Amino acid sequence: METVIGQQLVNALQLGSAYALLAVGYTMVYGVLRLINFAHADIFMIGAYVGFFIFNTFGLASGVTAFIICVLGAMIGAAILAVVIERVAYRPLRTAPRLSAMITAIGVSLFLEHGSRAVPFIGPSFRRYPDIIAHTTYEIGGIYLTAAVTVVLITSVILMAILSYIVSRTMVGKAMRASSYDKEATQLMGINLNRIITYTFAIGAAEAGAAGVMWALVYPMIDPYMGMMPGIKAFVAAVVGGIGSVPGALIGGFILGGVETATAAFLPSMYRDALAFSILAIVLIFKPTGLFGVGVLEKV
Amino acid sequence: MSTNVKPKRRGFLGITFEGPSFWISWALFILVPLLLVAVLYARGDINSYYYDVLMRIGIAVVMSVSLNIINGHLGQFSIGHAGFMGIGAYVSGVLIVGGNPGRAGVSLRIPGLFSNLPVFNIGGYDFSVGFILAALVGALAAAMLAFIIGIPSFRARGDYLCVVTLALNMIIVNIFLNMDYVGGARGLTGLPSFSNWIWVWLTVAAVIIVSRNLITSSHGRAILAVRENEVAAEIGGINVLRYKLIAFAIGAFFAGLGGALIGFHVQFINPNMFNIFKSIDYMIMIYLGGIGSITGTALGAILWTFLQEVLRPLGVWRLVMGPALLIVIMIFWTKGLTQSELPFIIKKKAKKE
Repeated sequence: METVIGQQLVNALQLGSAYALLAVGYTMVYGVLRLINFAHADIFMIGAYVGFFIFNTFGLASGVTAFIICVLGAMIGAAILAVVIERVAYRPLRTAPRLSAMITAIGVSLFLEHGSRAVPFIGPSFRRYPDIIAHTTYEIGGIYLTAAVTVVLITSVILMAILSYIVSRTMVGKAMRASSYDKEATQLMGINLNRIITYTFAIGAAEAGAAGVMWALVYPMIDPYMGMMPGIKAFVAAVVGGIGSVPGALIGGFILGGVETATAAFLPSMYRDALAFSILAIVLIFKPTGLFGVGVLEKV
Repeated sequence: MSTNVKPKRRGFLGITFEGPSFWISWALFILVPLLLVAVLYARGDINSYYYDVLMRIGIAVVMSVSLNIINGHLGQFSIGHAGFMGIGAYVSGVLIVGGNPGRAGVSLRIPGLFSNLPVFNIGGYDFSVGFILAALVGALAAAMLAFIIGIPSFRARGDYLCVVTLALNMIIVNIFLNMDYVGGARGLTGLPSFSNWIWVWLTVAAVIIVSRNLITSSHGRAILAVRENEVAAEIGGINVLRYKLIAFAIGAFFAGLGGALIGFHVQFINPNMFNIFKSIDYMIMIYLGGIGSITGTALGAILWTFLQEVLRPLGVWRLVMGPALLIVIMIFWTKGLTQSELPFIIKKKAKKE
């Protein structure tokens, strides 16, 4: 019995860390711009593809080195893409009604999905993800742990630590938190808001890109629409944790991963998906600000 | 969103429904296209391809005008409109052809509840009592679902409705995909061709009349007030949650009708006909035509359906065009077709009021 629980715990941590890494991107952008960045889920997908192409084109040998190269490549690729998206699609709408920006975000999201489907080198078909980490299974006290899952868990912890450090200790992080608190006042203090927004997008997207590679390592089938479900669940995680709060997003991700793994044992997958959204409904009814969120008073 | 709280009395497609000609214009609006297309098609002057395009345009108008009630008049942001359409299609479909309670592949159909009701044939068009009942039940199911979903989403700030409806749409598709009773990924097949131009046009007329009368009534003023400023509306004694739910349910009701119409037109339904990409299509239509305007959203639906037919040779790139167009509209052309000051658009006459 203990081993079953331990095994499920590993699964929950792995799933939760993917959701947490994704949720951070949603929550940071929402904090600064009050925008639900739907394209984030597709940046996650692009990240997985960047890892795929790096591994295949350079013919890397499976192993931790290859994994690090792929993850770094995916992070850089995703960050560049997100910065371009922000510059081209979101910046012209900075002063427009918030709804316009959100619709644009949906447009960008679909553009990336259908676009990747249309370009010949990605295409509509499912692709088998290469074994960047070779298949080996360790057994620790009756719990089976594949090498891929181990590496994913360690990398997630490292990435989350780096992220927490950036957000809470560096000047960029401080400026990010300041601009999510009050955009105008931050600009009056001499902070370049555009640059902070660019950093926010880049950091969030880098986490998503890494999450994409790691997701594909554990669930090794990728297609242009792979980001949709994890993306929307990560958004639910961000809402559960309180949108706008980075620690909230991390914890929300693990909560969602835990609940999903706990129910996966008993329910077929379609109910598992529905469950994530019942959590959203429950949170919206009883605590719309989430666990760590701060209520925003609407001015008349 | 414009700033004028006062509902403007304006017509549809240039016809103003005012003064002594009020009833005449409405009657003409309902009867002329209804009879024109019905007679021409029955005579064989419209070939089946154009008839199909006309049907699709009509259903798209139903969908976009009903989505406009939620997104344009109520000012909320629902993006899972095809989900409600799917509910309408599947509920009405099961009520007519029944479902398969056995495993997939084993044909063991339970006949639908309304399968044995009389069907009249007038001038080559089927008038099925069962279809009318089934479509209404399907639409009511969609409206009820909207009501249930609306309660938690409307309690929170506006952004959440869009995520909830997006998620709802994906879940609905997912559930249909996994439900053997309605055929799983193969979908429901063998639907009789009960849907025809007469029903489609009557629904188009109904959604336009309901949506227009809704915004000019006192309830509609309340709905518009909610759009302009929720807090002020609440202070003004309007039950904001109630009006949001009413408008949301009405929008979903017509989406359900649209689903029944498309299902019995193409004679089969499968889950992917109602996926999130379909919803985005309806969103493109209303923003292309001009959000908040009934004329605009109807025109947007016509234009976008037509464009998709014309651009069929583009293949997969046609899919990319929609989102790209949406981005361009949002950045450069927020007001859409009917509300922008373009030289080739007839200026609306409502200003004189």
